[in-house]
Amino acid sequence: MRIRVAALAVALGVGAGAAVAQQTVNMPIVIELSGAGAVSGTNFRDGAVLAIDEINAKGGILGRKISAPQSDTQSNPGVSRAQVQKAIDGNPYVILGPVFSGSVKVNMILAQQAEVPQFTGAEAADITQMGNAYIFRTSFGQQMSMPKIANYIRDGLKAKTVAVVWVNNDFGKGGRDTFTKEMAARNIKVVADISTESGQVDFAADVVKAKSANADAIFVYTNEEESARFLREARKQGVNKPLIGETTLLGQKVIELAGDAANGAKGHVGLTVDAPVAAVLAFREKFSKRYNYLPDHNGIKGYTAVYAVKHATEKIGKFDRKLLAKTMHGLTIKPEQEPGILMETTWDDKGDIDRISFLAEVVDGKQKVVQTLPKLGK
Amino acid sequence: MADILQLLVAGLATGGIYALVAIGFVLLWQTSQTINFAQGEFVMLPAFFVLAAMKFGGLSFPIAMLVGLVAALVVLGLVFKRLVVDPIIRHGVLPLVISTIALGIFLKEGVKEFYAADAQPFPAAWATTHLSFGGAAVSVQNLVIIAVAVVAVAGLQYFLARTRTGRRMQATAQNPALARILGIPVERMILYTFLINAALVALASFLVSPIYLAKFTNGETLGMVAFIAAIVGGFNQVRGAIVGGLLLGVVDNFVAAYLSAQYRAAIPLFLLIAVILFRPQGLLGRAEERTV
Repeated sequence: MRIRVAALAVALGVGAGAAVAQQTVNMPIVIELSGAGAVSGTNFRDGAVLAIDEINAKGGILGRKISAPQSDTQSNPGVSRAQVQKAIDGNPYVILGPVFSGSVKVNMILAQQAEVPQFTGAEAADITQMGNAYIFRTSFGQQMSMPKIANYIRDGLKAKTVAVVWVNNDFGKGGRDTFTKEMAARNIKVVADISTESGQVDFAADVVKAKSANADAIFVYTNEEESARFLREARKQGVNKPLIGETTLLGQKVIELAGDAANGAKGHVGLTVDAPVAAVLAFREKFSKRYNYLPDHNGIKGYTAVYAVKHATEKIGKFDRKLLAKTMHGLTIKPEQEPGILMETTWDDKGDIDRISFLAEVVDGKQKVVQTLPKLGK
Repeated sequence: MADILQLLVAGLATGGIYALVAIGFVLLWQTSQTINFAQGEFVMLPAFFVLAAMKFGGLSFPIAMLVGLVAALVVLGLVFKRLVVDPIIRHGVLPLVISTIALGIFLKEGVKEFYAADAQPFPAAWATTHLSFGGAAVSVQNLVIIAVAVVAVAGLQYFLARTRTGRRMQATAQNPALARILGIPVERMILYTFLINAALVALASFLVSPIYLAKFTNGETLGMVAFIAAIVGGFNQVRGAIVGGLLLGVVDNFVAAYLSAQYRAAIPLFLLIAVILFRPQGLLGRAEERTV
């Protein structure tokens, strides 16, 4: 009798487990929670979790709640590959992350082979040039952002010469290559080409080299922590040339880490929580209230990635990974259709995105948007 | 010329930090045959004591620095000696080396887990402006680091050479058995060494964290370079550690600026190999022989 009761209990338990599994959709977050990418990864993760909780509170996607197990890539490409494989073994609907380009380059092939759409925060230009139909960006690739920076350096600063300081990883190398090409196309001379290391802490020699080049502007393309250290060192050594960069120079975390030294930094930001867009400002408020810190652009990436998946899935009316990937190509999501997307966003046939972007400057410890640039497709 | 002056000052400031940490290596080795491979993490930790005192205790920065210093003396001096070194040293140097490697990992992962995995801003207790000397912009922060390092080293040298306790510590380092016969409280002298080491790493931590930012990985490179600096200068001489630290700091900056930024991390290792091949006792070290 006892054995029968136990067997019945086990059967009921298995049945209940299956029912729970049926009611959820698996969207693992594979992200940098430690190592050099911890700032970016934590923001991306927190943004994604915020969106997931909002969606789950309203009943989930097509009636299924989102389950989002998290794993740490340790900012290490090898570890990220193992974590993506582990995520794939769990039969995910999509994979969210990672952010580091070097990690995405080595793990996206796994998601592609398993036909799992992957929404990444990586920005290296070549990620979407490899014919992978399952990779989707959540921010501009370098081939989209660098022309905008180059135009700003030519038209806004009227610079004729520039020094480039870049981090020697996939993100930095890709950015440096695209940037120098854009400079050449505008007849702006690169007079110093200074590579730095990921995780580097001492920038004294690099700043001396950049200063002695006597360029009209210094373009800084390193990850957030290194950008903050560079800015601090530049302040120490009294650099008085414009320091120009992308989101990784003007982001909230960089400003927080660099303190006063961040003041005066200028550049192009594809995404910013200080954008003069009501939905973005509301997101910033929600995020900082929940996590007790101000998000950077990676927070928006994680948040909008989840809402993009929600919208596309509801559009196709079922959980079909291949169909989701197919639907994402050429899809435009407007805030009127899906408020969580924050700004109108279009994905092209390669998985690159297009949306409005901004020119910004750090003033009194805050990022100030000085101009809104239209979508490239408009 | 301006560039050279700027690089020299920056190198001396970096070297001053290395020297403070390297002196700790030498002191611990000389008095208790302790090689502390957690020394880098010892530099990382006091900054987090300060940040935690400010964040959780609501203390002002100067008070938090005092709390950080006291916490460093207790945890990295007293507790380290009593809980790690004393029980293991009697089994030989190698088990202690392995234990300190494990301790370093424990401290690093502990900070990552319980405080933060990402870098944290650390306030500077001095101006971040610069002074102009003949076209060169010399950072006030670097000058302060050099000055503090010089004062700390000079004070330590004075203490060791001119005070009764300092001379007792030297006697303990030179011959503990004889020192014990002469009535010197050897155990207490060794404890003082651990406390001095804790104070030195705390000082290094407060000086370097405003520049490097406070991060759990900060000790990785610092500890290794300081260890190499101690060997290059001479592992049995405090003045050797000073010279080794300053040399590595200056060479590192000039190599990064004029040769290759990519290979800057290899330079200390090249110097180490050269010293081992041509002057194994270090630049200022004494040759020691052991007989059977």
